[in-house]
Amino acid sequence: MLKYLIPLVIFLVLAGFLAIGLTRDPHELKSVLINKPAPAFRVAELKAPEKMISNEDMRGKVWLLNVWASWCVACREEHPYLLKYAESKVVPIYGLNYKDRREDALAWLGELGDPYTASAVDLDGRVGIDYGVYGAPETYVIDQAGMIRLKHVGPIMPDVWSEKILPVVQELNRQGAAK
Amino acid sequence: MNYLTASRSGGKPLFLTCSFPTYVMSRVPGMNKSGRGACPRFGKSFLLTVLLICLLPAFAKAQVQEEEVPSDDPVIEQRLAHLSKELRCLQCQNQTLADSPAGLAADLRREIRLQMKAGKSDQEIVAFLTQRYGDFILYKPRVTFTTYLLWFGPFVLLLGGLYILFHYIKQRRDMIPDKPLSADEHRRAEELLASLPGKETT
Repeated sequence: MLKYLIPLVIFLVLAGFLAIGLTRDPHELKSVLINKPAPAFRVAELKAPEKMISNEDMRGKVWLLNVWASWCVACREEHPYLLKYAESKVVPIYGLNYKDRREDALAWLGELGDPYTASAVDLDGRVGIDYGVYGAPETYVIDQAGMIRLKHVGPIMPDVWSEKILPVVQELNRQGAAK
Repeated sequence: MNYLTASRSGGKPLFLTCSFPTYVMSRVPGMNKSGRGACPRFGKSFLLTVLLICLLPAFAKAQVQEEEVPSDDPVIEQRLAHLSKELRCLQCQNQTLADSPAGLAADLRREIRLQMKAGKSDQEIVAFLTQRYGDFILYKPRVTFTTYLLWFGPFVLLLGGLYILFHYIKQRRDMIPDKPLSADEHRRAEELLASLPGKETT
């Protein structure tokens, strides 16, 4: 009896592992920056290039950093939702315009609308390296103290927003208000 | 920023496709030099379509990618060639930083060159990268608690296999009866051997 059970058990264990493996996205890597200070940047602002924008400007509030570019196809997918989230005023969304031509980026915002409180320009991808960006769109939730609390790789579709990002933002806001 | 050129994040220059019409012209019936082929109209419209397709990349949005400038220091290039073989490109995960044509890989190579020029050691550069991208950027995983199974699992399997093998051999050996033949059996065996043609018995 045992003789026949062992192959079955081995098969089930293997099938279990493979089934879990199928549901996972190998492109989604856990960020090492979670609960670490958001890397500092100080770069030009997209719409007002004479002005500089820094992560320090957002200290004291919970904010999202959304890495986007006009060449990024998945960014187009999340864009209408970003507009909706921005309109709800739950959390300010700042953009990191990643390796994009300025005129392309401005045309994109003009055409599709601008959900960003402001967009920082990362022309050569150097800020992206500090944040461990490996594929746009990426979104970081940064807390009042300037710590990264969550990173999402890929478009923020409504389910990601309501199940992953919103709860973290609301919890951080609650904690901030309690203090 | 005078090195700015446009290229797709995937790497290959977009203009490659435009060598296609010359190739097609020599292959499509009706496009021979005399211009009096079997089907000249088809040839022309086909060529026009191909040419129009070639215009498409001009409308495609492209990633801004600075052209990669090799360092003038051969030592740095050598170190980079060595180090980038051990690092993973996170955009095309099955390629090393050395091989990957992705924009991110080029950016990281540029960053490594800069840091080498600034006198950083290989270990410092690897630390810089893992602080941002995690251990996944290393092709050779570190020995940590989470990678124990990866590093030592094969040896555990090997030892387990050896144990099962020895156990099996021992069991088989025990199964073979170690009983000496009785006098009667011995005599029958002798007889059988003697009956074999061309065989001498002792």
